[in-house]
Amino acid sequence: MDALADFLRVYQTTVGVIGINALLALSVWLTLYAGQLTLGNAAFMAIGAYGSALLGMRMGVPFPLGLTLGALLAAALALPLGLAVFRLRGVYLAIATIGFGEVLRVVLLTVPFTGKALGLNGIPAITELWHIYLSLAVVAYVLWRVQGSTVGRAWAAIREDEIAAASQGIAIRRYKLAAFVAGAAIAAWAGGLSAHLNFSIEPGDFGFTRAVQILVFAVVGGTPSVAGPIVGATLLTALPEVLRPLKEYRDIFAGLILMGVIIYLPRGLVTLAELRKTRRLQEIGVADVA
Amino acid sequence: MAEQLYNAIFVGSIYALFAVGFALVFSVLDILNLAHPVVFMLGAFVALFFMSTFGLPAALAAVAAFAVTGMFGIFLDRVAFAPLRRRGAPPLSAMISSLGFAIVVIRLMELRYGPDLVSYPAGSLPQTVLQIGDARLDGLRLLIIGLAIVLMVGLTYVVRATQLGRDIRALAENPRAARLLGVDVDRAIAATFFISSGLGGVAGALLGFAYNAIYPQMGTPYELKAFTVMVVGGMGSLPGAVLGAYILGIGEIAALVFLPAELAELRDALAFGLLFLVLVIRPRGLLGHRVADRA
Amino acid sequence: MLLECSGISKRFGGVHAVAEVDLAIAPQQVFGLIGPNGAGKTTLVNLISGHLRVDSGAIRFAGADVTGLAPHTLTARGIARTFQGVRLFKGLTALENVLVGGHARMHSDALRRLWPRGASDRSDRERAVQLLERLGLSRPDALAGGLAYGDQRRLEIARALASDPRLLILDEPAAGMNPAESARLRELMRALVTEGLTIVLIEHDVRLVMGTCERVAVLNFGRKIAEGTPPEIQASPAVREAYLGSEYAA
Repeated sequence: MDALADFLRVYQTTVGVIGINALLALSVWLTLYAGQLTLGNAAFMAIGAYGSALLGMRMGVPFPLGLTLGALLAAALALPLGLAVFRLRGVYLAIATIGFGEVLRVVLLTVPFTGKALGLNGIPAITELWHIYLSLAVVAYVLWRVQGSTVGRAWAAIREDEIAAASQGIAIRRYKLAAFVAGAAIAAWAGGLSAHLNFSIEPGDFGFTRAVQILVFAVVGGTPSVAGPIVGATLLTALPEVLRPLKEYRDIFAGLILMGVIIYLPRGLVTLAELRKTRRLQEIGVADVA
Repeated sequence: MAEQLYNAIFVGSIYALFAVGFALVFSVLDILNLAHPVVFMLGAFVALFFMSTFGLPAALAAVAAFAVTGMFGIFLDRVAFAPLRRRGAPPLSAMISSLGFAIVVIRLMELRYGPDLVSYPAGSLPQTVLQIGDARLDGLRLLIIGLAIVLMVGLTYVVRATQLGRDIRALAENPRAARLLGVDVDRAIAATFFISSGLGGVAGALLGFAYNAIYPQMGTPYELKAFTVMVVGGMGSLPGAVLGAYILGIGEIAALVFLPAELAELRDALAFGLLFLVLVIRPRGLLGHRVADRA
Repeated sequence: MLLECSGISKRFGGVHAVAEVDLAIAPQQVFGLIGPNGAGKTTLVNLISGHLRVDSGAIRFAGADVTGLAPHTLTARGIARTFQGVRLFKGLTALENVLVGGHARMHSDALRRLWPRGASDRSDRERAVQLLERLGLSRPDALAGGLAYGDQRRLEIARALASDPRLLILDEPAAGMNPAESARLRELMRALVTEGLTIVLIEHDVRLVMGTCERVAVLNFGRKIAEGTPPEIQASPAVREAYLGSEYAA
């Protein structure tokens, strides 16, 4: 027990960041599972982070309420945004959501209320590890259960073949939108937790790089199951710590891992377990990530 | 005013050179090559290498940048895209694979050159100033604009009027049919990557000459701009990419001139707002022919 | 009439893919739709199933106007279909394909499933397995993409039946089937009709159509050129001309 406590003291920040990254990876997993590549979750994270921090610092709104309002705000924004962008598919959808994220980032850079380029400083460090991991447990459990439900099957059907899915009575746009809005709320929740873990936030934290990073967690881990994004986020967040002796080269490893996974394990690291069972790469590679 | 317009055309030319290569690969192979900004950056550093190590003049160094980054493009394809193509993986996998590749190369360059700004050897870049009326125009930029236009005309010629261009267009239309018609598909793909990356590399070298400051991450802002350029012009349309590039270049400079200073930051939002609006309102862009919502 | 199309048309560019077609299909029969390649059969099916919108004309189903409704709404109203080139969910198992096929019929259990024992979909699964067995598919857990072609075709029919349709549209279901398989398909269609279903059969195999259908309509260049019982169709000069003419042209 003491060893665990020591470990947590030393690595408290890393452990917290791992949990937050896992939440973010799950937020993008939702749309990926429905076959849609969106890169807007960094922006929703920003909305949660700025929203909850400003509500708390300027208006004294209590932390849990601030987190909730941040998530609701992100969901409320995601709804009209999703209505607009889900006419698009594939890379067009990805690019449109990047565009949204960049607009938001530049607005944050420009508006005095959000502190411009300096962002917000002195955010009270309220987030405890158990907040993060309770959130992660709840979100992972809910997504896991939903995955096996009629809704999860509908998402999978849309991913496999949209036209055929419509023919089975699935309201395509409504299901895509649901995944997108729920993902936005989760990302915002994670953003709020992250803001109150890190003391300060700035627009640069939520740019294109972050959007891609979130995607990479989910893709490397694997999208067939809820475990994938959690594994991916954990591994890739812990990697820099583990590779500390190789500090200079750790991004190189991250890049190589990303390439290796997408080329040789298209459905992610979690399929390694299946590989041992089936011993046939083709069989588990049937449906690629997106 | 003339100076601003001049700068707008210069910026537009760089965007155009960057974006036509990006658009070429997208139109032929449906790949969004996220390693294109890396090729752009490498072009600038290849030119630096030839100038500082062999004392090559800037013009020859730009040619060397074209050749070396072109070859690098073929290498990129072999490593990041060819295995996915063999498996018939969806285009989004290629996008992610090229992203991994880009991370590796950028980091390697940072290890070699450091993350900070690097300059070209003193005295290696021509410095002339053209005085036209009140306007003082940087002569080097005029050369760069001219060269960019020559390269784009050359690209148009290759794609429209040569056998190689016909092969590439056949490949873009339908790879299977192209193969049946006797097109050497592998060669056409290699040529596509050579041209695309070569142009990207030259663009990087030219931008490096103009600003005399290069760094490993220099391609990233251009990548985001190139999305806008391609979307505005029409994804996969080469003339569209050129048109989109000049529209964005002029639009940005106009925003800089006309917006009050405290809102100057918003000029980037303009680019991305434009991107977003075009996608939502007219997804096939100005000159796009194909259905925009194909996956 | 279960399905009534009155004067429906669809243009692509300048081409009339479907022009002024009237159809009236009575319940509990197999209705054949034939015609040379490019006659507009698949376009007509896409109009009926809502994957394309008509340019003009109206479609009524079970007494209600359904013109312009989305595919998923039409499925909920009782129209199910298969696709010409087979469009299964390849990365899902055979059983999951059939479960998705029942989507319109099921209530969402996403919320109930949040409680560990909140919802059981056992009855749905049992029903899906029965459907698979009825179509002669014995491996519910096999990935759809890995099945043999004939099995994929039958799985697609099972998936369409899972929505409990009143109208089932089969787009070239016998393509790639051997004679024994297509004979079994015929028996299945006849059995389904006795159970109350109505089937629209688009097929190239004229023998299968003539031997299965109560009535047949013939399309050529987007227009309906004949309709009647199989013997009437076989005797029709217009039909002979359309087929022979197209053979000469080819």
